[in-house]
Amino acid sequence: MTNSVQEIEDADCIFIIGSNTTSSHPLIATRVYRAKEKGAKVIVADPRRIHIADIADVAVQQNLGTDVALLNGMMKVILDNNWQDQTFINERTEGFEEFTKAVQGFSVEKAAELTGISTEDITAMAEIYAKSDKASILYCMGITQHTTGVDNVKALANLAMLTGNLGKESAGVNPLRGQNNVQGACDMGGLPNVFTGYQKVTDEALHDKMSKAWSSGKFPSRVGLTIPEMISGIEEGSVHGLYVLGENPVVSDPDSNHVTKALEKIDFLVVQDIFLTPTAELADVVLPGASFAEKDGTFTNTERRVMRVRKAIDPPGEAKPDWEIIQELSSKFGYAMHYESPREIMEEIAAVTPSYGGISYARLEGPGLQWPCPDQGHPGTPYLHKDKFARGKGLFHAVEFIPPAESIDDDYPLWLTTGRNFSHYHTGTMTRLSPTLVCEYSENFMEVSPEDARELDLSQGEQVSVASRRGEIGVRVQITPRLKKGTVFIPFHYVESNVNKLTNPAMDPIARIPEYKVCAVKVEKNP
Amino acid sequence: MEYTTALTTCTYCGCGCNFYLEVLDGQVIGTIPCKTSPTNEGKLCIKGWNVHEFIQSPKRLTRPLIRKNGELVEADWEEALDYTAQRLKEIAEQNGPESLGFMASAKVTNEENYIFQKFARAGVGTNNIDHCARL
Repeated sequence: MTNSVQEIEDADCIFIIGSNTTSSHPLIATRVYRAKEKGAKVIVADPRRIHIADIADVAVQQNLGTDVALLNGMMKVILDNNWQDQTFINERTEGFEEFTKAVQGFSVEKAAELTGISTEDITAMAEIYAKSDKASILYCMGITQHTTGVDNVKALANLAMLTGNLGKESAGVNPLRGQNNVQGACDMGGLPNVFTGYQKVTDEALHDKMSKAWSSGKFPSRVGLTIPEMISGIEEGSVHGLYVLGENPVVSDPDSNHVTKALEKIDFLVVQDIFLTPTAELADVVLPGASFAEKDGTFTNTERRVMRVRKAIDPPGEAKPDWEIIQELSSKFGYAMHYESPREIMEEIAAVTPSYGGISYARLEGPGLQWPCPDQGHPGTPYLHKDKFARGKGLFHAVEFIPPAESIDDDYPLWLTTGRNFSHYHTGTMTRLSPTLVCEYSENFMEVSPEDARELDLSQGEQVSVASRRGEIGVRVQITPRLKKGTVFIPFHYVESNVNKLTNPAMDPIARIPEYKVCAVKVEKNP
Repeated sequence: MEYTTALTTCTYCGCGCNFYLEVLDGQVIGTIPCKTSPTNEGKLCIKGWNVHEFIQSPKRLTRPLIRKNGELVEADWEEALDYTAQRLKEIAEQNGPESLGFMASAKVTNEENYIFQKFARAGVGTNNIDHCARL
């Protein structure tokens, strides 16, 4: 997030797109409700009529994969009416001319045709957003899990820059991170192209710096493989071993039949987890780690706040904190590690990572610290880009609408999108062991509109088969007006009815993120 | 009876809510939201309120497992780690460090992710490290 969670409640306008906030980020949704009480306008754009749409001033249901069309349509309206913040554009940005040309070549009517939203609604959304003093965009995987994920994010950044909604309190472009420490895993260099704090592996000076700090220059200066590339590497015979830490790619990756085949084929698979997940079941070695309640450390949340995790109990049986397992394995491999505690590891992180330079356990008693926090005297950074952008000037990107990779046809006539429900989390390895949460949703279901249910002769609770070009699963029917005709929704928490057997592994060419949010399916009644 | 609490951060979504885990004689028995937390200010969602329910599930892994004759069987740490280190070394020597892949985790701590990527890079010699940020 460019801004902080607390700031949301003082926004004048909140534009939620591709985030089912009440289900997936309930405590952020709370801030939206408070903002609404204080008089903020709320705009919601989501292919489903999600819960938070009930408090929206304008709520629209765009066709799957048409976000760029919607956003370009809104920006066309803003430019046509001269509602842009020209001072901000002149002083803080570049690339505006080229961007304008791209948007001027587009029309609101075209946006309406592609998105299925009326020109009146697009105009109203543009007016509310542009005329608000502090407008905050909240988005989630509904924006990013597309073959045009990067374009979608760029279009949102364009909208915020066009109206001067960056670099100030209660505004900004705010991705809501889905996992407790996905921000931290990125910050810590759990990515093929960067060391900690987004320091590029291709930068020779940084390579030298890290080699010195780690007393080893073994690693190359070229970018490594992403997860989908590792999976392809296994199939092609170039990747022979995989060490999986607390991940469940068999359930979480697109086209999961394909992932399972690859992991069955690999020479050596080691999985470190707290449960025997479907991925761990395929392993050659399974190492029992500790849950968050059984170890010390830190997590970094979606607003870049580094916070303490404290040990409450001992791990069960012989299970151990993951940091102890990793360091013992590294030492046995021949690269010695002798950390006494996570506190000591954080001291090293701070020493090699400029944005974490001022973070230490002593300073994390209390509410935590938001990076960038470069030194011990720095108070942390509640919102980014205050006086200038990280790259200097904010860069407009001319982004054109590109349709999703897969389209419906006679054989697969329905659009499918995926997401979470409110009581479960990701692949369900934790929440589905919690009796209270299982009470809420015990098995998988497919949301379908009353119109489609009638056409397909489906009844509430009926077991049906849903198939895409890649696989087939069984689910129960849930008929709901939250869906519009032509689109169905299935959550991805259920391994026994895994929707990722259906999803499309086609990826965004830059971010390498799969298009989970759009594919074509058919629904058939069971014989 | 011994009752303690530990102030910590939720393991589910990216909101980063703080709460106290209540522990009675080594069992986690409940969750109390933290009122002074900047994110949740004394509130929690249904997942957070019930986070103590999964931690001590009987399904937790309690010993290392090694596949022998096609089956995963219990092993001690020494054997599991020696075998893993040896296999990783063999693969790195035969096919080069680029033939190994590392999946880091959005669930484990910063400190653990840090030493995991350090092991992959400085120990093994590859940048083949990624996690589920995209998934």
